[in-house]
Amino acid sequence: MSIATPPAAYEAILAREGTLRFRRSAVMLMIVVLIVIAMALTGLLDPKRFSEAWPAIKQLSSEMFPPDFRRFHAWIRPLADTLAMSVAGTALAVTISLPLALFAARNTTPNQIVYRASRASLNLLRSIPELIMGIIFVAMVGFGALPGVLAVGLHSVGMVGKFFAESIEHVDPKPIEAARATGASPLQVVFHAILPQVLPQLADTTIYRWEYNFRASTVLGAVGAGGIGFELIAALRVLEYAQVSAILICILICVTMVDGIGAVLRNHLK
Amino acid sequence: MENPTMLQLRDVAMTYPSGMRAVLPTTIFVPKGQFLVLLGPSGAGKSTLLRCMNGLVSPTQGDIIVDGLGSIFRDSRTLREHRKRTGMIFQQHHLIGRLTALQNVLLGRISAHEFPRTLFPLPRADRLLALQALDRVGLIDRALDRADQLSGGQQQRIGIARAMAQRPQIVLADEPIASLDPATGEKVLADLHRICREDGITAIVSLHQVELARRFADRVIGLAGGRVVFEGPALHLGQTALDQIYLTASSRMAAA
Repeated sequence: MSIATPPAAYEAILAREGTLRFRRSAVMLMIVVLIVIAMALTGLLDPKRFSEAWPAIKQLSSEMFPPDFRRFHAWIRPLADTLAMSVAGTALAVTISLPLALFAARNTTPNQIVYRASRASLNLLRSIPELIMGIIFVAMVGFGALPGVLAVGLHSVGMVGKFFAESIEHVDPKPIEAARATGASPLQVVFHAILPQVLPQLADTTIYRWEYNFRASTVLGAVGAGGIGFELIAALRVLEYAQVSAILICILICVTMVDGIGAVLRNHLK
Repeated sequence: MENPTMLQLRDVAMTYPSGMRAVLPTTIFVPKGQFLVLLGPSGAGKSTLLRCMNGLVSPTQGDIIVDGLGSIFRDSRTLREHRKRTGMIFQQHHLIGRLTALQNVLLGRISAHEFPRTLFPLPRADRLLALQALDRVGLIDRALDRADQLSGGQQQRIGIARAMAQRPQIVLADEPIASLDPATGEKVLADLHRICREDGITAIVSLHQVELARRFADRVIGLAGGRVVFEGPALHLGQTALDQIYLTASSRMAAA
């Protein structure tokens, strides 16, 4: 089975491989150390905090059970609002993202300045949490679902636009060359050689984001931006934990439904 | 045939769930150490037949008997033992591009160990064996290069080295050179042939190039439309036989 006298070349390769592996392990070790430091800083490694919290955990859990659905009739409209916010917000995001992505993709951007500006605005939108945007838009346009839609939609642009741009950058250049060769204008190239290639990926990103936006919309009500989140925060404020758990169950059912619809849509894309 | 039989296919047939009858009942005996070429156009059933031979697909009918183990489908243990002794070479190489050539070849050694052991670097003996396999296909200098940085011919050589690192008794090669240019393909096939000869490995190789079958095969089995239409030494592979293999298929296609 073993080789009696391995040639010197084999030994050299094994030695070099050993050095590479050692270096990789050293990097891994450093990462592990950083992770442990982060866990310690945040109290995750402090057993005392958990043991002290145990009575409160037990108390809250017993108050949450059994869930209290008596106010269910009052939650139907906010749940529908939340769903509408996620759909409208995602549509808004896609409408803004598509042109922005074309500017933010290296192969379709008109020039370097536009490219940098679009990338910067995507980063900016991504870095403002939707909850903060919700507070700002409530101050601007008043309470209700509208500030929620604007918050969800604009914040989504940051991620949807970035993913769209990345899909566009990874497009196969050969059909683009073919379209150019027929004498197509730059805009024609975009619509007839690039978009047909990336449409399934764009749709995939959109569906994924819609699922995410529904979950994000459920908390926006907490800042007055409409939807089931308002009911949730109200129940929390008056310490009605049985209602809180009931609302969470309703949200869970809706999230499952939305994810199910998303999966069906995605299957249709293939 | 003076040599004992290494592998027997008894009435093996395969019908896919879609109803496509890829292989009609076929019986083949492969003597130890033979370099057997399955020749035929695409869609003749070569791939399915090869994949049956190590249970990557289970035939819907018939049995496969291997020397020393009996039916390879007796239980999952037997099948795995058979696969350990059988190297497979794929048309598209089937390598992990971001791993080094050596790491890819070492995949051929993992089935020699229990799972927990394979989570750690394999023993020195395995690494030397993998290096030796790479050396035999002329890639010792590229051992620590990423597989995806090598050319198609070199990648297929890694595929061969991976199969050889298993120390196999049988090698199954499914169109091993179909995705290479003709000159490279011929060299790669010559390497595979040489190594199998040196180690006395029984090889079953599917090809669609008649010339290469004539040059390397001890025996040729011609397939068309899922059935054996020619069987004999490469020398007997004349025009009549070729018409049987290739015209049968085209007339069937024309009829379909």
